Amino acid sequence: MASSNMTVEADIPPPNKHPYHLVEPSPWPMVASLAAGMMLFGIILFAHNNVHWVFGVGLLGVLVSMFFWFRDVVREARTPGLHTPVVRLGLRYGMMLFIASEVMFFVAFFWAYFHFALYPEHVSGAAQAVWPPAGITTFDPFHLPLLNTLILLLSGTTVTWAHHALLAGDRKGMLQGLGLTVLLGLLFTFFQAVEYSEAPFAFSGGGVYPSVFFLATGFHGFHVIVGTIFLAVCWFRARAGQFTPQRHFGFEAAAWYWHFVDVVWLFLFVCVYVLGAGPTAH
Amino acid sequence: MATASDTHHTHDHHDHTPGFVARWFFSTNHKDIGILYLIFAVAAALVGVGLSLLMRLELASPGLQYFADGQAWNVAVTAHGVVMVFFVIMPALIGGFGNYFVPIMIGAPDMAFPRLNNISFWLLVPALILAVGSLFVGGAGTGWTLYPPLSNSTYQSGMGVDMALFALHLAGASSILGAANFITTIFNMRAPGMTLHKMPLFVWGMLVTAFLLLLSVPVLGGAITMLITDRNFGTAFFDPAGGGDPVLFQHLFWFFGHPEVYIMILPGFGIISHVLSTFSRKPIFGYLGMAYAMVAIGVVGFVVWAHHMFTSGISVDTRAYFMAATMVIAVPTGIKIFSWIATMWGGSIRFTTPMLFAIGFVFLFTVGGVSGVKLANASVDVILHNTYYVVAHFHYVLSLGAVFSIYAGFYYWIGKMSGKQYPEFWGQIHFWMTFIGVNLTFFPMHFLGAQGMPRRYPDYPDAFSGWNMVASVGAYISVASFVVFLYVCWRTFTSKEVAAANPWGEGATTLEWQVSSPPPFHTFDELPRIR
Repeated sequence: MASSNMTVEADIPPPNKHPYHLVEPSPWPMVASLAAGMMLFGIILFAHNNVHWVFGVGLLGVLVSMFFWFRDVVREARTPGLHTPVVRLGLRYGMMLFIASEVMFFVAFFWAYFHFALYPEHVSGAAQAVWPPAGITTFDPFHLPLLNTLILLLSGTTVTWAHHALLAGDRKGMLQGLGLTVLLGLLFTFFQAVEYSEAPFAFSGGGVYPSVFFLATGFHGFHVIVGTIFLAVCWFRARAGQFTPQRHFGFEAAAWYWHFVDVVWLFLFVCVYVLGAGPTAH
Repeated sequence: MATASDTHHTHDHHDHTPGFVARWFFSTNHKDIGILYLIFAVAAALVGVGLSLLMRLELASPGLQYFADGQAWNVAVTAHGVVMVFFVIMPALIGGFGNYFVPIMIGAPDMAFPRLNNISFWLLVPALILAVGSLFVGGAGTGWTLYPPLSNSTYQSGMGVDMALFALHLAGASSILGAANFITTIFNMRAPGMTLHKMPLFVWGMLVTAFLLLLSVPVLGGAITMLITDRNFGTAFFDPAGGGDPVLFQHLFWFFGHPEVYIMILPGFGIISHVLSTFSRKPIFGYLGMAYAMVAIGVVGFVVWAHHMFTSGISVDTRAYFMAATMVIAVPTGIKIFSWIATMWGGSIRFTTPMLFAIGFVFLFTVGGVSGVKLANASVDVILHNTYYVVAHFHYVLSLGAVFSIYAGFYYWIGKMSGKQYPEFWGQIHFWMTFIGVNLTFFPMHFLGAQGMPRRYPDYPDAFSGWNMVASVGAYISVASFVVFLYVCWRTFTSKEVAAANPWGEGATTLEWQVSSPPPFHTFDELPRIR
């Protein structure tokens, strides 16, 4: 192994001279874990015994520990000397890898979709092999879904507007662009809720089409909500003057996440809504 | 500049160790979290080993002895598999040794995201509570593969299956976060001069493992989410009554499950390379080939999943592809086996306990690998699928391969981690008892499988009783060897013998042997420079 010719030199002058951020002990990882366990057990209790409060308390614990954990991260980012350039590069790696894992999570649901949509003979018990299954009426893709596509695409441009304004040191433009992005995110969620309320098929007991449709678009919608919150936090941070043209990774991470959510939607729109359209209901 | 370095001198960074609660519950230190992981793995191993002892007691002779019915048996099989995979092997190899030694080996003071590191550990605690707790509410009698329809609410409506599924969600989240942490650490925090091509092989193994985790575990997350909604909220992904397809679950599961088996062995590959090189007092043979063989195993490991599904009704063309792709993996694996042998060849070999386990690993992993090539043949697998031949195969690569690499790592590094050296005599007793025990347990399973004994039954025809008795005796020896291991731990931690910084001599070349035993709290206050 090449490591056999390694030697350690002890000639670097001052002590502790490395660019890494050694984090102080924190209770939030442990609290968040135990709360997450309680939250998931709460889902079981809800499904089996119709007990609600365990899930609620667990969820609250998760949210509270997330709040304090991220508050600590923001504080550290604002403490000089902690988030050195190499630490910021590490944060970029971390965010990219997190998004990569999120992509793979959606792969599972697209896999389920294509398993049935491309090979409708996999759909058991159908009289003829067609997708969507016989008897299912779907949304008109060029109604609300197209509107939502345009909303998300527009939000992609407004977040880029905010980014350019930030780079140019234009805080007002940054706040306008970012604020508009948050509003567009809320608008998307609102229209998604309208669409769900008008669905011509039932989530529970409706068979394989609604299963795929609601879980794929539902998890996307959840990510939109998370992304909207992320961007909204960045809006408040921007208003407080916490971003500079040189240092604003929190905002960039939110923008990356938002673009990821956007791309997932484009795949959902093209594959599930357009290519998977059947007789339309509205 | 002068003021900056002055403030550095005013507070002492060297012994900045937090108090007990902050250190062990709120930890942000990779070495402390690594130790927590190892303690967790040993605790979970007590459950996993206990279940295997129960199963071998039951199978020692025909008829039902200890288990009430097939469901109880399935619950034990499932819990054994889930606990061993997610709560013993992965925490020990990745969380334990990975956490402790990856930063040291690349010359970094800690992991990239220390808090994330701690949540990766703590998520396993509620996960294990859910997994073990499910045993008390009916359990999950699904097998670790969780296939519907057996895992559907039609067949197992109780809370047990849901608890097992959510346990996997938590363990999966832990793995994904840990994987992102390891990749960032390895890419971003290597000391000056530590290029990728100089990186120790254990770090290479951990890097490939982390990528496999990052990309495969979320797919399992999606699959078990669908299973949970199928069970509890009326969806029909895997339910033919609603138009769903159980085979979809098999695809999704094995797209995770096959990379998962490499996840369990690649860190072990790294450990074995270090141990063989150290105790042969030679550099590893074909370093770059060894590194890229692991990369190749990782990449090809993603495109072979359906060889677990040869009898699930997939087309003959699909079977031909997955058979060929699977056999391709024998090439990089062969590179590793032969390079390990070439490393030992002509070396000045010392048969210490870690070396015994490493050589044992090479032998046992080869046996498991060769039976894997046989099973890769779709036409042969139609006969052997779901027989004890498969059980023998994956226990040779996991319970013998992965576990031997954990033991090799334990004996190699326990002096470094605890500052106390293990008792060599008892270590060697532990090795020989384990080696004899596990071979006696699992080798006869090849015969049973070839004769057609199916897995996951608590009972069998009298014709199979001979080899089953032998296997059970082997299991008793293996369990006794685990007790010896616990004794070794006790002897080590109460030992007065202080471990030297490098007890292994000039064969041990990686950075952890350059620092004291145990290393300082943050290992490197100044970065080492690698030439």
